[in-house]
Amino acid sequence: MTIKRIKFTAGLKLPENKITEHMPVVRLDLPSKVVLPLQQHFGQQCNLLVKKGDTVRTGQIIADSDSFISAPIHSTITGVVSSVFKMINPLANSIVDAAEITASEEEDVQYLPVNQVFEEIKKDLEGFKDNNEAEKYLADKIKEIISRINGLDNEEIISIVKNAGIVGLGGATFPTHVKLRPPKDKQIDSLIINGCECEPYITADHRIMLEYGMQMLIGAYIFYKVLNPGKVYIAIEDNKEDAILNIDSLIAKSGLSKSFCVVSLKSKYPMGAEKTLIKNVLKRKVPVGGLPLDVGVVVNNVGTCKAACDAVLRGQPLIEKIISVTGAVSNPGNFIVRIGTPVSEILKCCGGFKSEIREIILGGPMMGNDINEENFPVTKAVSCILIKRGLPRNEGHCIRCGRCVDICPMNLMPLNYVNFVKNSKFDMCREYHISSCIECGSCAYVCPSAIPIVAYIKTGKSILTGK
Amino acid sequence: MNEINKENINEDNSKNNVLNDSKADEVSSEAAKESIIVRENNFISQSPHIWRGISSAKIMYIFFASLIFPSVAAVYFFGLRALWVMLASTITSVVVELIIKKARKKNFKMDGSALITGLLLALTLPPRIPIWMVVIGAAFSIALAKEAFGGLGYNIFNPALAGRAFLAICFPTFMTQWYLPGNSGIDAVTSASPLGESFVAEGSKIAFYRDLFFGNVAGSIGETSAMLIIIAGILLIAFRIIDWKIPLVYVATVVIMSLIFGEDILFQVMAGGLLFGAVFMATDYVTSPVTGLGRIVFAIGCGLITFLIRRFGAMPEGVCFSILVMNGFTPLIDKYIRPKPFGYVKPQKAKQAK
Repeated sequence: MTIKRIKFTAGLKLPENKITEHMPVVRLDLPSKVVLPLQQHFGQQCNLLVKKGDTVRTGQIIADSDSFISAPIHSTITGVVSSVFKMINPLANSIVDAAEITASEEEDVQYLPVNQVFEEIKKDLEGFKDNNEAEKYLADKIKEIISRINGLDNEEIISIVKNAGIVGLGGATFPTHVKLRPPKDKQIDSLIINGCECEPYITADHRIMLEYGMQMLIGAYIFYKVLNPGKVYIAIEDNKEDAILNIDSLIAKSGLSKSFCVVSLKSKYPMGAEKTLIKNVLKRKVPVGGLPLDVGVVVNNVGTCKAACDAVLRGQPLIEKIISVTGAVSNPGNFIVRIGTPVSEILKCCGGFKSEIREIILGGPMMGNDINEENFPVTKAVSCILIKRGLPRNEGHCIRCGRCVDICPMNLMPLNYVNFVKNSKFDMCREYHISSCIECGSCAYVCPSAIPIVAYIKTGKSILTGK
Repeated sequence: MNEINKENINEDNSKNNVLNDSKADEVSSEAAKESIIVRENNFISQSPHIWRGISSAKIMYIFFASLIFPSVAAVYFFGLRALWVMLASTITSVVVELIIKKARKKNFKMDGSALITGLLLALTLPPRIPIWMVVIGAAFSIALAKEAFGGLGYNIFNPALAGRAFLAICFPTFMTQWYLPGNSGIDAVTSASPLGESFVAEGSKIAFYRDLFFGNVAGSIGETSAMLIIIAGILLIAFRIIDWKIPLVYVATVVIMSLIFGEDILFQVMAGGLLFGAVFMATDYVTSPVTGLGRIVFAIGCGLITFLIRRFGAMPEGVCFSILVMNGFTPLIDKYIRPKPFGYVKPQKAKQAK
């Protein structure tokens, strides 16, 4: 059953430009080398467990940390660790260690052990070349799989999710196993699966819901089993009609209609941001500085669900990701790529740059980062490679029109941060709740003076946190 | 290792971008453009990488276009004389802005704001004002009320209103000589503004309201035609150039006050500069609050002061001064009326105190 939330919702109507919407996901050839930053998640950086010159297998853990909020890093190809170095991660604005692995000829897979109840399914799944067959197979066996998942121990599932290195694939990269272990005093009553994908251009989640719908649903069910919330809401924007229908029919097929439902949301930016999503689906407001846990909600991305399904059913750790390559490239599309594949290799597979434009944006046009470095790898945080002319902003003076105040989904006054940061009044930034800003970019998008407000806010935030 | 250095530099560049931008006054935009071209290969664009494309200049020109409505009424009712006043004021404004920008060695950008100030000022002047006075008023508006504070975006008071207030104080006799429309000859008949105490409506009430609505009354050149101002206001609101809250709440406040004090409501709304001020003056971005609630407070303040001046003050009209007074309150309003951040809960202490 689809719930429709079509009432007036605040937000921006952006030109969607989803040019890769109807392009099926294609698996790219294995890369000749991968670069793996040792921190691809929110939290503690991992320690490298291998040395330069070691041989590693696909799926082998090469870095891990003792910290609770952390996720291990796996080698995503088979090969030799050719160098270990420091690099700047423009996505997190920090310097991280990274390992480069050069591929050897044969792929040698070392996956996680799966529970014996899934051994048979794993073998069957390995037999399929085509994803559609696997989907059909899973759909046929869904009732059996669900009962087997019910038989699993929660701790076992959490440890599989942790060992698989699964983090939130929507971009925040918060380790998923932490979300699955809420504090005892917090009652979780709702799980929201985020399939909004409100940024223009990106279509990876859309394709996951269309082509990997069953796997996504199994992943969602795994989270459901662990968290035991009363209800699961799969939130999809109404510009993805086909995805809504597909997921709806899959829910009906798997007999989960009682606890699972699809919520169709108006496509307004930033609908997919965690806080606005919870507000629009459940009418609850996450308190300032709080987590969704505080209002009894856990939010997971559809990509995360698929990764969880891969980990539990096949033992495959998070070594690949579905991304969109779009914008001014010769052959845009949606691709499964190994994490760590340098952007340049992916672009080569897509026929390279279409025009003079050379600006590479990792992520969508609203929140993505212009990396200006073709050799930067696809990390767990990347869901899109966008080739687009950047904005050489001709910054004017603020005319106090108040458009940024009207549009801000967090009810802040973005224009003030610009003044405060220009005049180094960082205490005032704190007083005006700068940390509540989700950096969605709505304010800078509407600003008639073309002020890069988000850049000022990021500067203010990083000075306040002492980075 | 090579990689790190390269990225380091890029990172620095992107940070410098922000810092440089903060000193945008020193860096002329031409220089900024040049630097972008030079560094085209490693220019890092800041997120978001798309922009709606409605620039300040575009907004200003749309606003300027909406002023055509009262301008047409001005020429229709007060003849070519009104056109000369408008031209003198607008040209002076632009020229003075150009001179000041050059004198302060700043980049002059034709963004339409000086045009608006000039035309707005002209529309609030009486039809027979000497042209040299118009020039002085426009120069005051731009030089002292706008550029002396730092130019567009930094002025505290609405420049056009400040110019009008300056003229009203310096040349009170010229500023209060009103003429009935249609008398463009030398032997024109002076008349009191409808709001003046000595003014007595002739003929039937309905005919008088009709004249007020269409603009066939004495008054400042642009403010007489209620109909055209309302049309312009609706268009501006429809194009989302101005916020509906300010004009609506402003007028509503005056209506309510008129009810309380038993004044003629239609007369209070359509006579004088209330509609003109509410639609074109009080909605000025720079000098009005930025939050929705702040704007409502601002508009209520404007309405109250307007009515008090009209009813109890020495002057017949209070729109100009009421908006100027509220302009002065705008920074305070913006300081104390802030939207509550999403999911804001009162700090624990406040709860315990209860």
